Amino acid sequence: MPTTVPDLSDVTRSEASLRRFLHGLPGVDQVGADARAASLGTRSIKTTAKAHALDLAIRMVDLTTLEGADTAGKVRALASKAKTPDPADPTCPQVAAVCVYPDMVATAKQTLGTSGINVAAVATAFPSGRASLDIKLADTRDAVEAGADEIDMVIDRGAFLSGHYLQVFEEIIAVREACGEAHLKVIFETGELQTYDNVRRASWLAMMAGGHFIKTSTGKVQPAATLPVTMIMLEAVRDYREATGQMVGVKPAGGIRTAKDAIKYLVMVNEVAGPDWLDPDWFRFGASTLLNELLMQRTKMTTGRYSGPDYFTLD
Amino acid sequence: MSNVFEYAPAPESRSIVDLKPSYGLFVNGEFVDGHGSSFKTISPATEEVLAEVAEASDVDVDAAVKAARRAYNRVWSRMPGSERAKYLYRIARIIQERGRELAVLESLDNGKPIKESRDVDVPVVAAHFFYYAGWADKLEHAGYGTTPLGVAGQVIPWNFPLLMLAWKIAPALACGNTVVLKPAETTPLTALLFAEICQQADLPPGVVNIVTGAGPTGQAIVSHADVDKVAFTGSTAVGKAIARAVAGTQKRVTLELGGKAANIVFDDAPIDQAVEGIVNGIFFNQGHVCCAGSRLLVQESIADELLARLKRRMATLRVGDPLDKNTDVGAINSHRQLERIRELVDVGDAEGAERWSPPCELPERGFWFPPTVFTGVSQAHRIAREEIFGPVLSVLTFRTPSEAVEKANNTPFGLSAGVWTEKGSRILDVAGKLRAGVVWANTFNKFDPTSPFGGYQESGYGREGGRQGLAAYLQGGEA
Repeated sequence: MPTTVPDLSDVTRSEASLRRFLHGLPGVDQVGADARAASLGTRSIKTTAKAHALDLAIRMVDLTTLEGADTAGKVRALASKAKTPDPADPTCPQVAAVCVYPDMVATAKQTLGTSGINVAAVATAFPSGRASLDIKLADTRDAVEAGADEIDMVIDRGAFLSGHYLQVFEEIIAVREACGEAHLKVIFETGELQTYDNVRRASWLAMMAGGHFIKTSTGKVQPAATLPVTMIMLEAVRDYREATGQMVGVKPAGGIRTAKDAIKYLVMVNEVAGPDWLDPDWFRFGASTLLNELLMQRTKMTTGRYSGPDYFTLD
Repeated sequence: MSNVFEYAPAPESRSIVDLKPSYGLFVNGEFVDGHGSSFKTISPATEEVLAEVAEASDVDVDAAVKAARRAYNRVWSRMPGSERAKYLYRIARIIQERGRELAVLESLDNGKPIKESRDVDVPVVAAHFFYYAGWADKLEHAGYGTTPLGVAGQVIPWNFPLLMLAWKIAPALACGNTVVLKPAETTPLTALLFAEICQQADLPPGVVNIVTGAGPTGQAIVSHADVDKVAFTGSTAVGKAIARAVAGTQKRVTLELGGKAANIVFDDAPIDQAVEGIVNGIFFNQGHVCCAGSRLLVQESIADELLARLKRRMATLRVGDPLDKNTDVGAINSHRQLERIRELVDVGDAEGAERWSPPCELPERGFWFPPTVFTGVSQAHRIAREEIFGPVLSVLTFRTPSEAVEKANNTPFGLSAGVWTEKGSRILDVAGKLRAGVVWANTFNKFDPTSPFGGYQESGYGREGGRQGLAAYLQGGEA
């Protein structure tokens, strides 16, 4: 929108000016935001629209494994699944990316080969972010050198909650630099920021610092992604484009398990941010079990029959 | 590839509704033929004739009042409140069980989107019966005594056919009155389905009587000598006529009439939610809402930004088939109402206000009007003063809180108002100064059976809902 956004370089001149700007953003009424998100969730997406939405959702998946127990074998299996989500149906699209810890990037890269599927690595002392900046930057560089196309960083929630916005801002800039050519996704861990006002402030902070994507959660904290939190972030990227002309992507992650839920998110993208964001370049799902749910629904759409989970590969 | 995400049609099935070719009157627990002629009720979305409905004559109204009197004297007024409650609870549960049927029929006959009849009208109707069922055996604690008035004659409008029926019938029955109710002539069908529900609930004959018809039928009810209480929701003009008709009689009256509510948005409002509230305030139920937020008062410093956001949001509204689950704005209820809206919109153009509607394709058949906003409106414009009762918003600006209050109160109406600000103290201050029966803070058009609803001045008198709603149906309720 016009008028309200001042020259953004001015905003980040000092701790005080940044704080003034972030606290000057319009507030979010929680009851109203929840009601709007719930109302968008009642859209009924059927037949051709559903088929379109399922394929789009599959193309937007960042297929994720972030376990202490991850092994090269597990990551190779996941990468194969990313390339051929449904071996029974060659028309099934590939996912957008595979998301792993930095030490698994090379393995994932090798299996994915020339498929065009990106490798995303979580970095910056994921998931807590509790490490010195040097360690976080080294973590990032390590992942990039191993071939990561995308870096999913976490913000320092402690700094954010204690009001040290400039510190969070500068940290994001430093990580973005360390990313080189890789795209940067900035994770807020909205379950820890708690209020929608905080989510809106964190969104502007990350966008002004140059994040390519803003992302809800690590998946390690409950609640992870929710419809209203994602809506607040979609409003932020929409408003940021109005103010600056630049588009930023959004990635809800964690807790999106059913095809029905994924479609609710797509409806929200469509009606809140607009159809320009209905593209894997601008919207992603951070998920693991979601993919098979999408595949089962997709098979039901194409064959008219609902197959059980045994007919889909685990990874 | 194109990013367009077209929603395929998602129609709710009509098959759940068992439409009869013709309907009689519901008098003394039975469906009977009327002595008058009949009229057709149509679907405003397609102009398809849904059914023929009897037009109640004076003789029919007299029979209905007699049945109500008999039921009052012999059964209902003598029944302990705890027993009356059982019937009301039973009716509430049947409404829930037959909720989909009621919602589909309401959308067919009225033109409102199924998502509203399904998610708002029917659930609130059931809640209203549950709520007043709870009062039936606790009247001695309400502060208005426990003596009912007698026979209530009730005339309701077409905008919320079933919900207005519930607002009228539930408190009346809970207090021990019996009723003769006339639904609007364009939307009689859900009231007749409600009559079936009364049979299903074994409600004693004569406690609820439904007579269909137009103005003359309503007049016959209102002026009937054996009616003790008149309750009316509808236009201010008809409300005034009713007030004149009952003047000098012993009849008690409550009137819930028109409105021209101010929805006030301050510069520190939660802006995205305020936009939702404006949309909900004026486009909910096609703007056929007496408490609609039809006058947007926005602080000048954020007017441009707010209007840009509002227009962008309006462009996502889906106008069309009321039975499609993704429809946000349905059909205008009647040709007559559509003419009225067009007339006032033409006046707005002539007065020099700037009209805007998002691009939207309207169906060829049926009665339709696109969501519309007028900017550059001033207090002197007719579109800022008269109730349009359609999806048409008039936008005015203000500079200071006191100017906002002055403008908001500068109307002969006073039914509802909205205040949008993140500052709690301002909400309390402004709400206290607004002359309106309901003031919503950071929300709009929220209805709950526990909350009293009613107006000031030309918006009528009396309250419906809440403990206060009992006053209209008990002897001790007279001020």
